[in-house]
Amino acid sequence: MFFRLLSAVRRQRPGRGWRNWSSGRSGASAAEAHSVTLPTQAQVVICGGGIMGTSVAYHLSKMGWKDIVLLEQGRLAAGSTRFCAGILSTARHLTIEQKMADYSNKLYHQLEQETGIQTGYIRTGSVFLAQTQDRLISLKRINSRLNVIGIPSEIISPKKVAELHPLLNVHDLVGAMHVPEDAVVSSADVALALASAASQNGVQIYDRTSVLHVMVKKGQVSGVETDKGQIECQYFVNCAGQWAYELGLSNEEPVSIPLHACEHFYLLTRPLETPLQSNTPTIVDADGRIYIRNWQGGLLSGGFEKNPKPIFTEGKNQLEIQNLQEDWDHFEPLLSSLLRRMPDLETLEILKLVNCPETFTPDMRCIMGESPSVRGYFVLAGMNSAGLSFGGGAGRYLAEWMVHGYPSENIWELDLKRFGALQSSRTFLRHRVMEVMPLLYDLKVPRWDFQTGRQLRTSPLYDRLDAQGARWMEKHGFERPKYFVPPDKDLLALEQSKTFYKPDWFEIVESEVKCCKEAVCVIDMSSFTKFEITSTGDQALEVLQYLFSNDLDVPVGHIVHTGMLNQGGGYENDCSVARLSKRSFFMISPTDQQVHCWAWLKKHMPEDSNLLLEDVTWKYTALNLIGPRAVDVLSELSYAPMTPDHFPSLFCKEMSVGYANGIRVMSMTHTGEPGFMLYIPIEYALHVYNEVMSVGQKYGIRNAGYYALRSLRIEKFFAFWGQDLNTLTTPLECGRESRVKLEKGMDFIGRDALLQQKQNGVYKRLTMFILDDHDTDLDLWPWWGEPIYRNGQYAGKTTSSAYSYTLERHVCLGFVHNFSEDTGEEQVVTADFINRGEYEIDIAGHRFQAKAKLYPVTSLFTHKRRKEDVELSDLHGK
Amino acid sequence: MPSTLPFWILKNSARSGIATLQGGKRLYSRWASNGNEASWRLFSHLPSTRKSSVPCSGFTLQKALRHTSTEEDDFQLQLSPQQVNEVLRAGESAHKILDLVSGVPNSVLRFESNQLAANSPVEDRQGIATCLQTNGLMFGIFDGHGGHACAQAVSERLFYYVAVSLMSQQTLERMEGAVESMKPLLPILHWLKRPGDSIYKDVTSMHLDHLRVYWQELLDLHMEMGLNIKEALTHSFQRLDSDISLEVQAPLEDEMTRNLSLQVAFSGATACMAHVDGVHLHVANAGDCRAILGVQEDNGMWSCLPLTCDHNAWNPAELSRLKREHPESEDRTVIVDHRLLGVLMPCRAFGDVQLKWSKELQHSVLERGFDTEALNIYQFTPPHYYPPPYLTAKPEVTYHRLRPQDKFLVLASDGLWDVLGNEEVVRLVVDHLAEAGRHKPDLAQRPANLGLMQSLLLQRKAQGLHAADQNAATHLIRHAIGTNEYGEMEPERLTAMLTLPEDLARMYRDDITVTVVYFNSDSIDTYYRGS
Repeated sequence: MFFRLLSAVRRQRPGRGWRNWSSGRSGASAAEAHSVTLPTQAQVVICGGGIMGTSVAYHLSKMGWKDIVLLEQGRLAAGSTRFCAGILSTARHLTIEQKMADYSNKLYHQLEQETGIQTGYIRTGSVFLAQTQDRLISLKRINSRLNVIGIPSEIISPKKVAELHPLLNVHDLVGAMHVPEDAVVSSADVALALASAASQNGVQIYDRTSVLHVMVKKGQVSGVETDKGQIECQYFVNCAGQWAYELGLSNEEPVSIPLHACEHFYLLTRPLETPLQSNTPTIVDADGRIYIRNWQGGLLSGGFEKNPKPIFTEGKNQLEIQNLQEDWDHFEPLLSSLLRRMPDLETLEILKLVNCPETFTPDMRCIMGESPSVRGYFVLAGMNSAGLSFGGGAGRYLAEWMVHGYPSENIWELDLKRFGALQSSRTFLRHRVMEVMPLLYDLKVPRWDFQTGRQLRTSPLYDRLDAQGARWMEKHGFERPKYFVPPDKDLLALEQSKTFYKPDWFEIVESEVKCCKEAVCVIDMSSFTKFEITSTGDQALEVLQYLFSNDLDVPVGHIVHTGMLNQGGGYENDCSVARLSKRSFFMISPTDQQVHCWAWLKKHMPEDSNLLLEDVTWKYTALNLIGPRAVDVLSELSYAPMTPDHFPSLFCKEMSVGYANGIRVMSMTHTGEPGFMLYIPIEYALHVYNEVMSVGQKYGIRNAGYYALRSLRIEKFFAFWGQDLNTLTTPLECGRESRVKLEKGMDFIGRDALLQQKQNGVYKRLTMFILDDHDTDLDLWPWWGEPIYRNGQYAGKTTSSAYSYTLERHVCLGFVHNFSEDTGEEQVVTADFINRGEYEIDIAGHRFQAKAKLYPVTSLFTHKRRKEDVELSDLHGK
Repeated sequence: MPSTLPFWILKNSARSGIATLQGGKRLYSRWASNGNEASWRLFSHLPSTRKSSVPCSGFTLQKALRHTSTEEDDFQLQLSPQQVNEVLRAGESAHKILDLVSGVPNSVLRFESNQLAANSPVEDRQGIATCLQTNGLMFGIFDGHGGHACAQAVSERLFYYVAVSLMSQQTLERMEGAVESMKPLLPILHWLKRPGDSIYKDVTSMHLDHLRVYWQELLDLHMEMGLNIKEALTHSFQRLDSDISLEVQAPLEDEMTRNLSLQVAFSGATACMAHVDGVHLHVANAGDCRAILGVQEDNGMWSCLPLTCDHNAWNPAELSRLKREHPESEDRTVIVDHRLLGVLMPCRAFGDVQLKWSKELQHSVLERGFDTEALNIYQFTPPHYYPPPYLTAKPEVTYHRLRPQDKFLVLASDGLWDVLGNEEVVRLVVDHLAEAGRHKPDLAQRPANLGLMQSLLLQRKAQGLHAADQNAATHLIRHAIGTNEYGEMEPERLTAMLTLPEDLARMYRDDITVTVVYFNSDSIDTYYRGS
């Protein structure tokens, strides 16, 4: 079906003079005139002929899948792909994004050789300017992360910037980052080259064919309905770009893909009098909100303005996007910024202002993966204006996912299942993307929260806590308290704290932590995902024993910390399970696991009407009573002895608290401190909270937030799923042998992998680092993602960090690898290897000495130890 | 004039420290989303929406606000012009029609629409769709009363009835065949502006069943070409109204569906819809929404051509219709206080079965164990309730053959017409057209280089030109609520009207929904020359 592709390209040719096609290929064009009928079945149908769709087709066909049909409603590479600015940049904030961009760069580089199609690839490099010190810090952080994954980059002085680009005004710069291997490329040509390679591998490509909806049978993709007929298929890949949301909803079983388009403008100029050299680097001036690249002797410059214009909220109302209007008034701030950066351009002639909508997602990360509700329905969309940079890598990971069942890297941060239907409202998306688009060039400081689309899910205590000074952050739509501002503090100043250094809530959180250690605090933790699994017989126990690595056949009332592992032994979910009765279990997982965990359970649970899985997240308010006096508060409220003899650690009991009966009290706190979690049916929430607060008064009770919790859990070396742990981390790699029962009398998912790992040893190990020569007041604070050096050699990256008020030091968690000095190969990591190293943590280019620990600092556990050595849990968010 | 703001505005815009932009947006979302509708507005239609009685001195307004008595009364805050724009523009949408329809340029060039809520939740609905079987464009405005249930149902369903009525025998047979063999239906409509998302799937499937019964009946009529547009519109209105009425009388299993059907039937909605196919413009109206045409004569003068008559007590034709339909003894009681039986402003509407059913029927339906209080249903028998029906959904259909001098069509709910006259509306749209022309940098004379372009843009920014409304519907709404009794635009008044707390907003203004449809005179010209 190669001729279809060819004909598509030919039609575009007069428009922009695309390329020379080798004459040997055009032989197929004889068949061009015939109208083509679609095949009636295929293994995979890909919707979307932009860079994403073609990249997925390319990689699938490379991996040996041949029976693939790619459908494009207009022409190949005609949507955002055609209008994209063509900048390939590897300087990203997430490591997974850096890796995707790096792979794309290498792929596009050799694509011309592979396919014979010119892609316009030029290795220009790029320069990221910093007008402020904070921006420079941000660049330095990216720089040190790029270097450790093998992408060359350096921090350079303004003087050096002027040498790299002749037109730049550098007087207001404090520095810059130079990434010499970044490139520019024609994205439409890349997409066509990928399509051509794919079609040579057997992929059938049809343009001018629209997908109407996807047919689903028994929760599995069964086919695709197009305007030219039906195709039966097992897999469907939604690469429809800005139409992906609508296409997802068009199914009978809707798939929510939260993304929304905004108009995006860039300027094209006529050639300069003395044209720039073709390898002049691309400039990104994030403080000025613009990017500038060399384009056919002139310039191409666009940006991400503060007041974006969302578009297509009502859905698709333009067939093709090229007839969108230019809006010069809207472009004025960016134009002014360009002329400030390059004052000599005033006389340069304008060619065109291009309006090219780009798609954005609610958290600025792209969306890939399989739908939680429809098996075989894959998605790759929502590129937040980096489609070209991610195209190659994202296509590869998705292809791996489809072929092998999982991608070769951890992509949880990009997984479709991090969202649920709750992020799918048009109004929410419209408002959120208006915040996300400017954020692309805003300074990203630690602990920022989105301001739009808030107050969606709240606990019944929200108003009460808000009135007491709670400051909120959001996770999976749920409002959670960060900390409580005392009445005498200046509120407005606190909200604007954007800094890489010591934040101004430092003392506030300190007093909350202190109260947790010495008296008692209450934290509203209602956002946790809560499931109940019940059965008529032993089915629930059987299925859970198979899904979880720990032994769940414990006496009623016991709580087990355990993980759901995948075949490779990695954590799919990390949770606590309480056995409520012989036949029913209560399962607590992290907040953002709501969709993922549900899908995983549904996928592995047998179809059995006697087995009932219920999401009871909304039914319970969760209060965490932390501190040595929690015992006193609870026993006073329940008239029941709560001492460890009567209520041992990791125990769960339904009891009355105040007037309210049926409160699930659990002796655990997710922090390692003594205390209790109360799971309260929501109608009792206010009552129980009031009672706890009034009785607790004499024990010094106060509210606390997640920042205090975070400090407590990290100093106790509690890892957290989604941040420290992921699908590629096994329990053995993070010192959780005690939470796995290999010999529990039956098989469980991941057991074989763990057995093997136990024999062979682990290749990475979660380690706790205590920063030694770090001045909390003056030095940059660690965040996460900082490179770890062992004896001067790169050994891994941190995954989370917090200030420990007890140790009066910063604590980072991170994985240590053992890269062979000669080959770079990963070798076995032993406890000895960890202990014998000298460590440094690199924060924005400055290395701090750190002590490595494999076990928490014992002096922290001054309280009487309970039951098993320590309670280890770690569900709360970052 | 500083105006007092209720506490929640302060809370959202100042304390959480978000930019003005977000402040405005959250303001809107609060406005349009929640709130507790407690009273049945059908009987509390306030005459104060009339222009003359709107208080515009700051003093009155502040006093009115004090009534809501949040403790934060002392705070004085004013929306910035940008925030005002944000609020006004939140409901905007604009759409350009593509010249795709089988090579014939479409007679509609583009349309712009907007909605500003006063009720919470808003009771107006709008819908715009292309009818895929005839290529006609349909525009509808639906003004609900006594809740939004009826307006929502009518806005979702009416176009389907019209589309089905217009289908040829052959298409109907294909539809029926598809349903019988469980295949996907032919697409009927392509929505360009959705009337809000449908709430319950089960209800939608019931609606489809009833639509199917309708087309089965049409099939039995054996009309090769389907109904003509005029008949189609009339039948669709009446058919849908009778389906709404029958659905709640039929025993329904599902409680959700039953409650919803009840809410739909016991609330009401007026409707005005236009169907444009080539040069053929049909407008069907039942109630007090209105459609007018802006006409530019050859001499350049603009005039207004009303396409509908308001069906209310100020319309003598309606009065005599009512008198004709009811015995002479009721002459004095049919219209009391300019309201139908003293309760309802419009004399034609969907739903409102209180004025359509006999008392006995109402009782027997409600006695089936509905929790009327929870459903917000107000059962009320007006005095002098002799044999019903008093109310009909039968529309008045007007046909107009579009001429090159017909430039635009304005459809709006009574919220707009209460405060602006027909000529005023035409004048405002014309002004807006002229402004928009002036504001667009002229491509032909566009500055050639970056420097000149920048200085031009900065100049325009300084003059505030770039901030003018892009959308004619927004322009109309801005003037509808911001014009004082002397006919002048008063920014303070606009701000005050927009910062009314949700429980008060309805007393000073009604929900306003406006759609402005621009015609393509060139293509209309082509039609004439072609024929």
